[in-house]
Amino acid sequence: MFIRDAFPLSFSWSSPLKQKKLLAVASAGGHWVQLLRMRPAFEFLSLHWISTSPGVASQVDHEEFTSVRDANMWDKPGLVLMAIQIAWRVLLYRPDIVVTTGAAPGYFAIVFARLLGAKTIWIDSIANAEEMSLAGKKARRWATHWITQWPELSGDDGPTYIGSVL
Amino acid sequence: MIFVTVGTQLAFDRMVGAVDRWVNAKDTQIIAQVGPTEVRFSNIKYKSFLEQEQLDHIMKNTELVVAHAGMGSILSSLSLGKPIIIMPRKASLGEHRNEHQMATAKRFQNRPGVYVAWDEQQLVVLLNRWSISRFDNVDEISNTASTEFIANLKQLIGNTQ
Repeated sequence: MFIRDAFPLSFSWSSPLKQKKLLAVASAGGHWVQLLRMRPAFEFLSLHWISTSPGVASQVDHEEFTSVRDANMWDKPGLVLMAIQIAWRVLLYRPDIVVTTGAAPGYFAIVFARLLGAKTIWIDSIANAEEMSLAGKKARRWATHWITQWPELSGDDGPTYIGSVL
Repeated sequence: MIFVTVGTQLAFDRMVGAVDRWVNAKDTQIIAQVGPTEVRFSNIKYKSFLEQEQLDHIMKNTELVVAHAGMGSILSSLSLGKPIIIMPRKASLGEHRNEHQMATAKRFQNRPGVYVAWDEQQLVVLLNRWSISRFDNVDEISNTASTEFIANLKQLIGNTQ
């Protein structure tokens, strides 16, 4: 305990057991509700959350949280601001892994984190039962893992199915 | 008490309006999150958006949820064991960008505790049914994804010990 407190940096840099850093991203609403349901998969990792409403921080109150501007694909100025906020957070946090359920903030997080070499996991919302979401399609080329919650949509040249959040 | 919600993004006046007209002459208390709209409703208590804490409190205490066919609303209701009436938004009426809520409603229509109102008339029929004999409470779903899903995601993340 003493050594760790006194030499936090050297401890973590020299330790092979350094905790992996996971960035969990979703816009507020249904995407966020689904992301929260994945929480047990994140245990033991260093976690940082991003969403589009400061209010939802109360649902992950003991963990790090960043609120970004809300915007959709039809609000270009809003998207630019959101992209800058997310790029900044990704640069500061340097995640090893990104997990997102969408939509726009998840797309940006996956792009920037992928450029820095992170593992990027896109899990399309369970709301998209007939085709992948628009943001999901755009995220495909940046995602190391591209996942659907509907077995019907999965396939060799399509997304992977690993179950659903339900 | 009935909680009516349009989710976190868009207004859904067609649904809220139907409830507002229905509640006239009923003594049911209605609280609604109506989203960004210019429309004024006369018989219900409503706000554009509720704070998360208020939302949690209302969800805990409501007997019935009436919502657009959004996954957030559906998952939140089922994980609290509350019955929910969902009415899908129609892109053809400019209520959303595509028809995914119709697909969601189809997928959920046979699930216990989920009642689908395909239009305003059916919404009123379901509300009348509820006010005569309350819907049964639902089997609560857990707060987390299935163990299968969690295990698979852990594998992908590389979070296995």
